[in-house]
Amino acid sequence: MSKIADFNAYPDAHGRFGEYGGSYVAETLMAPLAELAEAYERLRHDPEFIAELDRDLKYYVGRPSPIYHAERLSQHVGGARILLKREDLNHTGAHKINNTVGQGLVAKRMGKPRIIAETGAGQHGVASATVAARLGLKCVVYMGETDIERQKINVFRMKLLGAEVIPVTSGSRTLKDALNEAMRDWVTNVADTFYIIGTVAGPHPYPMMVRDFNAIVGREAREQMLEQYGRLPDAMTACVGGGSNAIGLFHAFLNDADVRIVGAEAAGESIASGHHAASLVAGRPGVLHGNRTYVLCDDNGQITETHSVSAGLDYPGVGPEHAFLKDAGRAEYVGVTDDEAMEAFHLLARTEGILAALESAHAVAQAIKLAREYPKDALILCNLSGRGDKDVQTIAEREGVTI
Amino acid sequence: MSRIDRRFAALKAAKRTGLIPFVTAGDPSPDHAVALMHALVDAGADLIELGVPFSDPMADGPVIQHASERSIAKGIGLAHVLHWVGEFRTRDTDTPVVLMGYLNPIEIHGYARFAKEAVEAGVDGVLVVDCPLEEAAVLKPLIDAGLQQIRLAAPTTAPERLAQLCEAATGFLYYVSFAGITGAGHLSTDDIAVRVADIRARAKAPVAVGFGIRDPASAKAIAGFADAVVIGSALVEKLDGASDAATIAERVSAFLAPIRAALDER
Repeated sequence: MSKIADFNAYPDAHGRFGEYGGSYVAETLMAPLAELAEAYERLRHDPEFIAELDRDLKYYVGRPSPIYHAERLSQHVGGARILLKREDLNHTGAHKINNTVGQGLVAKRMGKPRIIAETGAGQHGVASATVAARLGLKCVVYMGETDIERQKINVFRMKLLGAEVIPVTSGSRTLKDALNEAMRDWVTNVADTFYIIGTVAGPHPYPMMVRDFNAIVGREAREQMLEQYGRLPDAMTACVGGGSNAIGLFHAFLNDADVRIVGAEAAGESIASGHHAASLVAGRPGVLHGNRTYVLCDDNGQITETHSVSAGLDYPGVGPEHAFLKDAGRAEYVGVTDDEAMEAFHLLARTEGILAALESAHAVAQAIKLAREYPKDALILCNLSGRGDKDVQTIAEREGVTI
Repeated sequence: MSRIDRRFAALKAAKRTGLIPFVTAGDPSPDHAVALMHALVDAGADLIELGVPFSDPMADGPVIQHASERSIAKGIGLAHVLHWVGEFRTRDTDTPVVLMGYLNPIEIHGYARFAKEAVEAGVDGVLVVDCPLEEAAVLKPLIDAGLQQIRLAAPTTAPERLAQLCEAATGFLYYVSFAGITGAGHLSTDDIAVRVADIRARAKAPVAVGFGIRDPASAKAIAGFADAVVIGSALVEKLDGASDAATIAERVSAFLAPIRAALDER
């Protein structure tokens, strides 16, 4: 078990979670990062900011999201009770809005008229475009060409919301390259631009700030568990790409040593095949996108291309706090294959009438595995981080169906 | 005195502005990587910045990104780069070589191992783009082995940080002429002049200016107030597609010689 006394004590003032995190960026970005860290430090304790954020989360996002007992799914599996934290019911259909609402308000308070964002599956891009539209800010979203192809619906949604979507054609043309390109934009336009990073990665203060804005998920869930079930869950799981929905759920439970925490990474075709995106399961410590964390790279230190059926998990790094939790032994990280996620997607659709995002389907698959390990009265909490409407095209293609 | 310090002392004594070309190791041709380094010296380079290819060069513009991608596609990594520096050293023991790149390749290679091999090969310094002051402790094994860390200062660097950087500077301090990525932007020479004059007055090392310098005119404008100029993207662009040693040497000379002449005119 973990030797860490208080997980709330992380990160330190330099953004370090143990040996992970930090600020590994070019000198030009150190000033805007310091400016952001200072503004955020001030705002997170500012009652007016907190009240505005709470209002937005309640009336605009639609929080709290319920915890739903997936009874028929649980019966079908034949093990413990599977409970779903319904982040898919949020405005824009995923947990991503929790973070963009928060960062949007920070941008507004900092007087930045232009927002940039990177996106993989498009959920963060949509959530950023949504907030920008509402706050009257200009929005530019960087998205890999490969992802644009497989997430056409979200690309169109961003455009409807008034955002400019810039295709990224460098590297593997996916999320990691979109992040590089957004960083390049930011370094060039630091004076008027706010960069909304969509996951708990990047340089300090992003991993902390994005975690804090998503931590509402776990805080709510903890209260709801006590209220609805009179106790905390026995185990919980969430999918981990960059890891924002997972850290959002896990964070409020990190000091509850009896709650088992399992992160589900994308094992793609399989870990052995090499075609996966499981940085914690199969990667090694390295430095990418401004922080030290687990990365997937070759012996030359080159970041390798990843694979997952879900664009949102297709990332060769992971938030530094997850790296820390893994090494501390507080959370376990396992791989869920494309096939297992697809099977879970269909099972959830048919037993509960819920189309999960393919990212979230990885968590559902893991919840099913956990439920089989536990007795019938045990409680397994699964973060249903997003809805699957955006994925129907991908699923149809994968299954040879013409819509 | 290190090779870099000796070189800048000699430049100062001769009242010359240093010329620091940057090339991405292995581009345009891994077979002629060492020949390219010699060609740079023959064309007037005072110090060579050798880019270590990295898959995710966040601070670089499209020209250097693509050069990096081409090298990686040919399988080039840190081990090749070190080998080439060693080979270069068999003929040239005077020209300092600084490896420029990102942290992950060094981290994965292993800091202690890298330090030992780099010193053995004849590398003089490292410029790690994504390793600012706050994270520089990881490079201690390199410094202990005798490598100099070349630090960056930028237009956005706050006064207090700048003082720290001036104090910590070894080899030379690399001033990034504008907030942006390599190869982009328009130089505002007057602003840079004021800033660089201030840094030169305080820094414990000479100051080189880079980003956005692409021809004799821009080099000469900067030369009026810097100890050295760094030219990267414009050179890498010129070299793209050259596949034999003669063509590479020809293009290097055609590009650098006029810049050398412009620097020496002042």
